[in-house]
Amino acid sequence: MIGNVDVTREIDARGSFCPGPMMELIRVIRSAQIGDVIAILSSDQGSKRDIPKWVTKANQEFIGVETLDGYDRIIVKKVR
Amino acid sequence: MSDKNRMSIVVFDGTVDKLFPVSIIASGGVMNDMRVDIFLTFWGLLAFRKGEPYKVSKVSKDYEEWAPEMMRVLQEKKVSSWYDTLLQAKELGDIHIYACAMTADLFDLGKEDFEPVVDEIIGVGEFIAMAQESGTTLYI
Repeated sequence: MIGNVDVTREIDARGSFCPGPMMELIRVIRSAQIGDVIAILSSDQGSKRDIPKWVTKANQEFIGVETLDGYDRIIVKKVR
Repeated sequence: MSDKNRMSIVVFDGTVDKLFPVSIIASGGVMNDMRVDIFLTFWGLLAFRKGEPYKVSKVSKDYEEWAPEMMRVLQEKKVSSWYDTLLQAKELGDIHIYACAMTADLFDLGKEDFEPVVDEIIGVGEFIAMAQESGTTLYI
């Protein structure tokens, strides 16, 4: 269950438009430690598709996405 | 040889509805680890004069009837400005922004007349050499 994953840091990017949440995630991942788990809350339609694709391309670990009330909680682990 | 990890963008227009896609597409380049070279010319360059970026509020003539609606929605939804989006992309990625030497000469502008986000004033030959090496070149 994604809900039970231990999250190191949560970014609330709800209300921000594409590419805001994606760029914010890139910024946070860069400064995070290897092993950190980042959750990003986003309400924009682009991020929902872009973030998992970016995670794969950047060779990080995509843990999952939960669709909550009007927004998504996307969880990513920094592995390199 | 053209490099699929490079994108070149010519920015000719200086209206909000054109500058938005410039900053958003450049951000897409950053997400995909691309080098992005941006060449500002004519009205696109004038939008980068000191103090100008946050003042730009015009929309292309073809869509001007949409201008009030667009500005209203942007404000109401607190959308980051095109300029902040571009600054963020440049900070996170490999983006280079150039002023067109011909336009700069035409309007008697020097490097100090532009926002610091503009890296250099270069000629068209140098920019087209960059475009020649880019897998993607756009004219906006």
